[in-house]
Amino acid sequence: MDVTVAVHKEGVLADVDAGRKPAAIPGLGRALRAEEMVINMGPQHPSTHGVLRLELIVDGEIVVDVVPHIGYLHRCFEKHCEHMSNYQQVVPYVDRLDYVAAMSNEFGYAIAVEKLLKIQVPERVEYIRVIMAEFSRIVSHLIALGTYGLDMGAFTPFLYCMRDREHVLDIIEETCGARLLYNYMWVGGLSHDVKPNFQDKTRAFCKYFRPKIAELNALLSYNKIFIERTAGVGILPPEVAINYGASGPVLRGSGVKWDLRKNDPYSIYNRFAFEIPVGKGIKGEVGDCWDRYMVRVHEMEQSVNIIEQAVEKLPAGDVQSAIPKRIRPEAGEVYVRTETPKGELGFYVVSDGTQSPYRVKVRPPCFVNLSTVPAICRGSMIADVVAILGSIDIVLGEIDR
Amino acid sequence: MIPQEIYDTLKGTFGEAILESKLDGVLDPWITIAPERVKDIARFLRDDERMQFDALMLLTGMDYTKGRLGVVYHLHSMKWNHKIVLKTVVAAEQPHVQSVEAIWKTANWHEREAFDMYGVLFDGHPDLRRILMPDDWEGFPLRKDYQVPEFYNGMKVPY
Amino acid sequence: MKDVLLNLLHNEILVYSLMAIVPLVWVIPFALFAVWWERKISAHMQDRLGPMRTGWHGSTQTIADILKLIMKEDIIPTAADSKLFKLAPYVVFGGAYAAYAVVPFSAAYVGSEINVGLFYFISISSVVVVGLLMAGWASNNKWSLYGALRSAAQIVSYEIPVALAILAVVMVVGTFDLQAINRAQSGMLWNWFIFQKFPFLFFALIIYFTASLAEVNRTPFDIPEAESELVGGYHTEYAGMRFALLFLSEYSNMFAVSAIATTLFLGGWNSPFGNFLSGPWWGVFWFLSKGMAFIFVQMWLRWTLPRLRVDQLMYVGWKVLIPFSFVLILGVGVWMLAAH
Repeated sequence: MDVTVAVHKEGVLADVDAGRKPAAIPGLGRALRAEEMVINMGPQHPSTHGVLRLELIVDGEIVVDVVPHIGYLHRCFEKHCEHMSNYQQVVPYVDRLDYVAAMSNEFGYAIAVEKLLKIQVPERVEYIRVIMAEFSRIVSHLIALGTYGLDMGAFTPFLYCMRDREHVLDIIEETCGARLLYNYMWVGGLSHDVKPNFQDKTRAFCKYFRPKIAELNALLSYNKIFIERTAGVGILPPEVAINYGASGPVLRGSGVKWDLRKNDPYSIYNRFAFEIPVGKGIKGEVGDCWDRYMVRVHEMEQSVNIIEQAVEKLPAGDVQSAIPKRIRPEAGEVYVRTETPKGELGFYVVSDGTQSPYRVKVRPPCFVNLSTVPAICRGSMIADVVAILGSIDIVLGEIDR
Repeated sequence: MIPQEIYDTLKGTFGEAILESKLDGVLDPWITIAPERVKDIARFLRDDERMQFDALMLLTGMDYTKGRLGVVYHLHSMKWNHKIVLKTVVAAEQPHVQSVEAIWKTANWHEREAFDMYGVLFDGHPDLRRILMPDDWEGFPLRKDYQVPEFYNGMKVPY
Repeated sequence: MKDVLLNLLHNEILVYSLMAIVPLVWVIPFALFAVWWERKISAHMQDRLGPMRTGWHGSTQTIADILKLIMKEDIIPTAADSKLFKLAPYVVFGGAYAAYAVVPFSAAYVGSEINVGLFYFISISSVVVVGLLMAGWASNNKWSLYGALRSAAQIVSYEIPVALAILAVVMVVGTFDLQAINRAQSGMLWNWFIFQKFPFLFFALIIYFTASLAEVNRTPFDIPEAESELVGGYHTEYAGMRFALLFLSEYSNMFAVSAIATTLFLGGWNSPFGNFLSGPWWGVFWFLSKGMAFIFVQMWLRWTLPRLRVDQLMYVGWKVLIPFSFVLILGVGVWMLAAH
């Protein structure tokens, strides 16, 4: 089979040196004009949130096009899954997809395999999973907001967010021993039960955290300079967002009220009362960076609501009673999607009846959200590319798997 | 619309392009379609009043062994809140499938990944290059018969 | 001080060279102290501690850093224009340091008592732009080039509000001579120019201070070295002592503009209590303390505010600060005419 693949020589327009007509740049589709310059926001850059290479084609300060190059963190997750000897062995790998909010990834995978096995987990497991997933959401958004401030030049909110994050990580470390990558939500249950002081500590955290959100708002969100940098910048119209498959705060920031926890419920989310924050274009236009940022801030508040409700009703039980000794699902396939802090994370698990999965495909939210970046960035300035990328909130572990 | 209705409507409109289906007894009902009519069927599914599948949730390549590759589409309608799964199967020697990038822009990167990992060629895709692997990698990693190459540009690969 | 030294040494060239080195005695220890101070201020504002191990609360941290920088390998990129690359830090530091010739540390000391001191100050600090452009261009790095171009645009644009705000003070006092401006504010606290012709000179201080932040490339105007976008801007490719020199010139520039702000608005080396606690050595103390207060505010702002995008920065300079400074000059002028 003869497959021709365009090879892009790093940085050098090879044909120009030879005096011939310059070659088309892959991704751009045409050669450069005289006033345009290719500049790399390279794989190593303080603001690209991981190893992402953004090839900017600029005309002075105006960005004509953006060609993202990913794959620098590709760790062959899907190939590994096919060679696992056990479905449970996949869980630590799944952690490392979105390594910032590891619990959310485990949640989706555990639900998918439990659907294949047709088992029901105890109530206590469901409640703890919801609490941990919402903790994950808070933790991920704190990093997103902190690093967004850092990109804008506000160095202090980042450290405040890290400080608040430490409180959550302390609770999780007491529960399962790990701060970042947990291996906690196993298929059929959890690896450890929560400690006896879990409920008190969680309530104390909720009481501590609400004023901190107000502090973050006072320091960063309503700061005039921050608003000037982000409001009206990087507008993503809602139809474009849906067509590109965007999800999570990116979609909600464009005014589309769509949250899988309410629109396609899973686990026990239908038992909790919470709202879905949506971008309204208060400071600029609907769908700009400020809207996406504020959706995340409000989502943190709603997560605290959910945690408070869940921790009141936490039932007693055994978290490990439903963990199957041998996982051998019947041949079949399932697609399960959950609402992670970044958006819609999908697991497509295909089983062929043996003990190891036939195919595990991850549909990462950041992968799809990142594909909207060229559409948003055309015509903005270089400084705006940083603002837009920060508002999309990507984690390369998920994009590259 | 329930999956049976979706299947009947499609069968009525496209006839022999709709090959098989499995609508009962599975968690996600699927319909198998012919690879050369994928784009027309996709456009119909997106634009038709009763269907309005405006979101492509997932597009993935599959290796069905015995020399067959496949592409699986998971579609969802935000308006009517129904889902359907489409599958196509192609031979590994001639893995041409019509691209649905013009219908859902989500498919742009997903098809690039399916090409990168399985070697499925999407006709009509504006920019079909590798996305996760380096641009000059040889081979298609997620195929079941894939052998890891010994050397890549002079560097030893398995270590 | 010049007379004392002349009587002692009877050699004019030697005396003038010694006078030129005196600000260096302040600038270098100040830079060492300011780096530590900045790290401590930023740390405490960010709810952490900062350097704690080297010396008392990390006070010798900067000395350790300087030792490290001295021992680093001097890396010059192969494709860089090495003559310009090597020359640039000296030009930047030269421009920043030459401004100290007219800074009046005390009634008894000023490097060069010329009657166009302020005019000289504004013009010599523009030499820094040439150095920054050299640094950015010679690095052969697209990102450094961006930093250098933005910096040149920014500094040149913000010279105008600086000059206009200074002009308001000059109109009140009638001379460019910095020592004369200091003497005009002698007496008690309320003789300081910040309280004269209220509120015009107060707003002149605000405008001058904001514009001087842009002159020294501090946040919110630190686009040229915007760490999150350009890695390091014009100083990305500099390593070791060359980087230390660029850093030193940034801090000395910071103090120079603070010194001018002190002289023009806060009474310079005058004691706030009139004759109590005043004198040549007390003058140095008051002058340095007021300068350090401005430095503190500059650092405070750096760690609080996000940065402006380059076109918004230009907008603030040209369309906000300059019209306001015109209004100020008009106001001061009308006041002075009416008072006649």
